[in-house]
Amino acid sequence: MSANDIARDVRAGDRSARDVLDEHLARIDEREAEIHAFNLVMADEARARAADIDARVARGEDPGPLAGVPIALKDNFCTRGIPTTCSSKILEGWRPPYDATVVERLEAAGAVVVGKTNLDEFAMGSSTENSAFGPTRNPHDTSRVPGGSSGGSAAAVAAGFAAMSFGSDTGGSIRQPAALCGVVGVKPTYGLVSRYGLVAFASSLDQIGPFTSTVADAATSLDVIAGHDPRDTTSIPVAPPDHTKALDDGIDGLRIGVVTEFLQAEGLAPDVAARVREAADALDRAGAKVEETSVPSTIYGLSAYYLIAPAEASSNLARYDGVRYGLRVDAPTTAEMNARTRTAGFGAEVKRRIMLGTYALSAGYYDAYYGKAQRVRTLILRDFERAYESFDLLLGPTAPATAFAFGAKADPLAMYLNDVFTIPSNLAGHPAVSVPFGRGDDGLPVGVQVLAPALAEATMLRAAAALEAAAG
Amino acid sequence: MGSLSRDDVAHVAKLARLELTDDELDLFTSQLAAVLDHAADVEALDLADVPPTAHPYPLRNVFRDDDVRPTLDRDEVLGQAPAAEDGRFRVPPILGEEP
Repeated sequence: MSANDIARDVRAGDRSARDVLDEHLARIDEREAEIHAFNLVMADEARARAADIDARVARGEDPGPLAGVPIALKDNFCTRGIPTTCSSKILEGWRPPYDATVVERLEAAGAVVVGKTNLDEFAMGSSTENSAFGPTRNPHDTSRVPGGSSGGSAAAVAAGFAAMSFGSDTGGSIRQPAALCGVVGVKPTYGLVSRYGLVAFASSLDQIGPFTSTVADAATSLDVIAGHDPRDTTSIPVAPPDHTKALDDGIDGLRIGVVTEFLQAEGLAPDVAARVREAADALDRAGAKVEETSVPSTIYGLSAYYLIAPAEASSNLARYDGVRYGLRVDAPTTAEMNARTRTAGFGAEVKRRIMLGTYALSAGYYDAYYGKAQRVRTLILRDFERAYESFDLLLGPTAPATAFAFGAKADPLAMYLNDVFTIPSNLAGHPAVSVPFGRGDDGLPVGVQVLAPALAEATMLRAAAALEAAAG
Repeated sequence: MGSLSRDDVAHVAKLARLELTDDELDLFTSQLAAVLDHAADVEALDLADVPPTAHPYPLRNVFRDDDVRPTLDRDEVLGQAPAAEDGRFRVPPILGEEP
């Protein structure tokens, strides 16, 4: 059942939020031990909250557009008084003293938080294997990864543990797991959704977005979470459009470019490439004008990203020093305490990225690495700008292949290559959505990606809805 | 740019306050070198005339009115610290002096 259907029924008094919640908790009871989508299931809090929603409906109040909708939050969203781990040992025992803005908005819209979901430690990874608390399994095939870093959030929706979930996307961490788990995943425009209370990974790239089972649910969730927040200095001070209303507009006459560089990428699996071509045909049949187009510098996106994101991470993660929150490993001096705490608290991937970023920023290498990467970012922005002179939207694969087996990408660079089609949108600050579109040769879900210029989510979701309709 | 050495990694780990075992040093050196080798495509580009982009859109300083607003509760914040004393965070000696 979609989130929109749940909210409609709960608002109308046709179903109780408590019944909806119990159905979801029953599915969690049945399969969570196998899937491990959650770091924390908040059954008691959720029951109290659902009872409150039902009481409000009984009093004739409207709890909001997400009335009684069970949602799951990636465990890098601050939740007041509730453990927030980022799937890292270094935040052991930490209970944030405030809620993220997104959490406040979702609760104000009537949503019921059922739990905090697993992720690659500090959102660094593409498989959720880097969690300090063990991996999440793909509900479609538990021998495969769910993708990452928001793998728990993607799996929670795919397994019916929540009707909607939320994650963060720094280089593809919403779209890639959405593709691998067969759900809709949106990375909004940088600055459209407040990041106040999102634990920072790479501040010029991070963005919060939804996982949903339908495109219409994604539009609803964006309408709830988008909008200016004075507590986030990167929040765009404009009123967002009505994403839900725009869905009815169809795609007649939209110009959509299929990105040549994505289709020609070395690692793209033939079955995924075939689905992208079928998606292009489907959009064409639905009234759009579809052509191939080149966005040349996107091929440098991966290299630029793996210099910029670690550089920003090395700075952001300097705060985990054993002084103010989380883990402390005692030592005779503060400097030794800092080092022992960080050594014990961070996993291998986080250490790799901190070192890579520290190196890219260090004296003698700054210009060659970080400086160069920032210039490539300009090239990518320019190339997108040029493409969007001729096209309203762009189309490509989300991930190079369907869900892979645990341990298959043990080499860090092989893992990083998963993000090759999602990274350019982060570097540009643009929105993109992954929509399920058919299956691979192995029977697992394939996601295709619709890319849009800044703040064009409404148009982007129209094309996503057309793909959803064509996929059946 | 020369390839990354074991000494480079040891230096960077020290800057980042991370302690590595000899095995970790070997492993991380080869893994990080592979990532930097992949970045050679970017390194090879001539981008002298291209300005850098630090952010997806130009950021300006944001001012707010100088009003008193609610802040986090000090005791609640200090309650999250590994050690606190007299309303402050408590840490081990910084300069090696006796506590």
